Amino acid sequence: MSRVDEPRVAGTGARAERAANPPRPSPLWALALFRSELTTTLRRWRTLALLGVLALIPILIGVAVKIETSDGGSFGGGRGGDGQGPAFFAQITNNGIFLVFASLAATLPVFLPMVIAVIAGDTIAGEAGSGTLRYLLVAPAGRTRLLLAKFTTTMAFCLIATLVVAFSGLVTGALLFPLGDVTLISGITVSFDEALLRALGVAALVALSLVGIATVGLFISTLTSSGIAAMATTVGLVITAQILDTIPQLHAIHPYLFPHYWLSFADLLREPVYWDELVKNLGLQGLYVAVFGSAAWARFTAKDITA
Amino acid sequence: MARIRPTQVADDGFWDEERPSRRKKAARYAAPVAVAGIAAATIGLVPALASTGDPNLPKISAQELISKMAASDAQQLSGSVKITTDLGIPSLPGGGSLADLGGAQGGDASAAPESKLMELISGSHTLRVATDGPDKQRVSIVENAAEYSMIHNGDEVWAYDSGSNSAYHATAPKDAKAKGDHRQDVPKDLRDATPQKIAKTVLSSVDDTTDVTVDGTSRVAGRDAYDLLIKPKQNSDSTVGSVRIAVDADNGVPLKFTLSPKSGGKAIIDVGFTTVDFGKPKAGTFNFTPPKGAKVTEEPKADRKDAPKGFGTKDFKDAQGALSGLKVIGDGWDSVARLDTPGGAAAPTAPGGDSGPGAASGLLGGFGKEVKGKFGSGTVVSTRLVNALLTDDGKVFVGAVDKDALVKAANAAK
Repeated sequence: MSRVDEPRVAGTGARAERAANPPRPSPLWALALFRSELTTTLRRWRTLALLGVLALIPILIGVAVKIETSDGGSFGGGRGGDGQGPAFFAQITNNGIFLVFASLAATLPVFLPMVIAVIAGDTIAGEAGSGTLRYLLVAPAGRTRLLLAKFTTTMAFCLIATLVVAFSGLVTGALLFPLGDVTLISGITVSFDEALLRALGVAALVALSLVGIATVGLFISTLTSSGIAAMATTVGLVITAQILDTIPQLHAIHPYLFPHYWLSFADLLREPVYWDELVKNLGLQGLYVAVFGSAAWARFTAKDITA
Repeated sequence: MARIRPTQVADDGFWDEERPSRRKKAARYAAPVAVAGIAAATIGLVPALASTGDPNLPKISAQELISKMAASDAQQLSGSVKITTDLGIPSLPGGGSLADLGGAQGGDASAAPESKLMELISGSHTLRVATDGPDKQRVSIVENAAEYSMIHNGDEVWAYDSGSNSAYHATAPKDAKAKGDHRQDVPKDLRDATPQKIAKTVLSSVDDTTDVTVDGTSRVAGRDAYDLLIKPKQNSDSTVGSVRIAVDADNGVPLKFTLSPKSGGKAIIDVGFTTVDFGKPKAGTFNFTPPKGAKVTEEPKADRKDAPKGFGTKDFKDAQGALSGLKVIGDGWDSVARLDTPGGAAAPTAPGGDSGPGAASGLLGGFGKEVKGKFGSGTVVSTRLVNALLTDDGKVFVGAVDKDALVKAANAAK
């Protein structure tokens, strides 16, 4: 907190000057706004229910795999086919930590972006819809600052949502399946500690994969004063982008679709780590944040607030 | 409303306490537009800027370059290889292609290498390779959230498919001390997917029907390289336009291999390092223990010889030579293989396609074009590299030559 305190100390020394030129709001001010935003968001029943659903998914996957393999067979073994289930499913029975990766791979295409879309779509439009936005703006925080606080809250929520899935996956995996040395997808065995570290990295990457759609949701939220409309549009965009991503004729635009590199988090489980797509993913998400973040700023600071 | 605080601070313009004017409002939208514009410009310009710097290297003759390649003995290497093939084989709905017909080995979850090789013959794949001397190699195919690795370490050969968590194990015979014998056991085709091996194969086929020149320099995987250009002589009927090999200026290791068709357009085969490191690969790279619960398939000893050969990494010569019991007409680039089949024609573009030749030829008939000549009539099936003529009386002429040359060959054979 020392950085936060600094301006205040400086301020006391230059009190006379301050009377002449009103000082900029201190960073603490933005932090307080952010903190209040985050607690408001996290205290909502809706948010808690969404996080609960996210926590339930790894448990469901774990139990399903456990039941299927309770006769001693391996997952997918009885089915013929080429044994290619969803990503990482085949390894869950042998090592519980793979439940973390499997859960993240399973929730990343639909559940996580949906939850993010609900939260992001609600940020501005929800306040506008319930008539609280004008009260927020009465506070001297300024619109840019309010938008930044909302943006940071949404980003923090991306991380929280991902960690909920990862943690639930880890606990479920540890309870239902054995843990131990982990064979990475390159066939190289690493210690459980290192695997845990990589799992943390994977969770961080998944969270970062979501910032693109979160920023788009924030932008959409500034366009309307109906929270439901903003959420629905954002969820619709997630689905549309993923459908477009599967159409081979549109390969020219694929690298610019925000979900295109989502599964690249698995590259962290290769040895040596394959960085190409990880970097591309982060760059792409950064691009979405920059473009839609500035668009949200342009829209929100110029908007007529009627409610 | 805890969030409403009494006014203590006034805002400057940026934090916009005051209602901005209409013009100011419109100006704000310039920010996202500018960001998008800068991004678009960066995406467009960076590759262009990056490709301008062809290195200045001392002149070298083709002969010197070839001997440099031959003398190259980089034993240790690791890196990523990107392999892009566009043979012009029509793809089937559902993402499959003709390759699947040749590669389908029944749907069991075995991690045997043969079924994987066929995947390489179409589209774009990333391989990661590591070598440490003749006894230790590793090749993995990078897939979505999975990887297919082949590890050769001494007497052991492992293949591991992380997608299905299954492994394949083969042992080199104990008495096989010689390097050549090892090589037989290593699934050869995957190891051949490195630019070195391919370049060697091509160089061995250089003869007097061929022009070999050094054609400038380039940068491959961050290293300076000479470009060796191999071309069939002018009056050739070959569909091959040129073969370009980028050779590391420093140690003579081929870094990139490009096979372009005479008809122009995208390269047919493009194999090259995207990153390469000539240091010793990390310890543990060549160790493999199958994870608990993985399904391990042992190599079936008896039918090792019958394992179908992969096609994807073979060059045109091998494609011609892969079918057994065939006659070769002509020589050099213009050679045409002739195969007499008693029944239905075997799939000519997928050598080793021992599964369902009937299905394959039916499909090929659908893609083919009717031709007539002195020999009678038949169907020509074209890809961008290999053309095949299936005559109605059951002969097959295959070659990396154009259609007229095939008809000529068929007429001559009559």
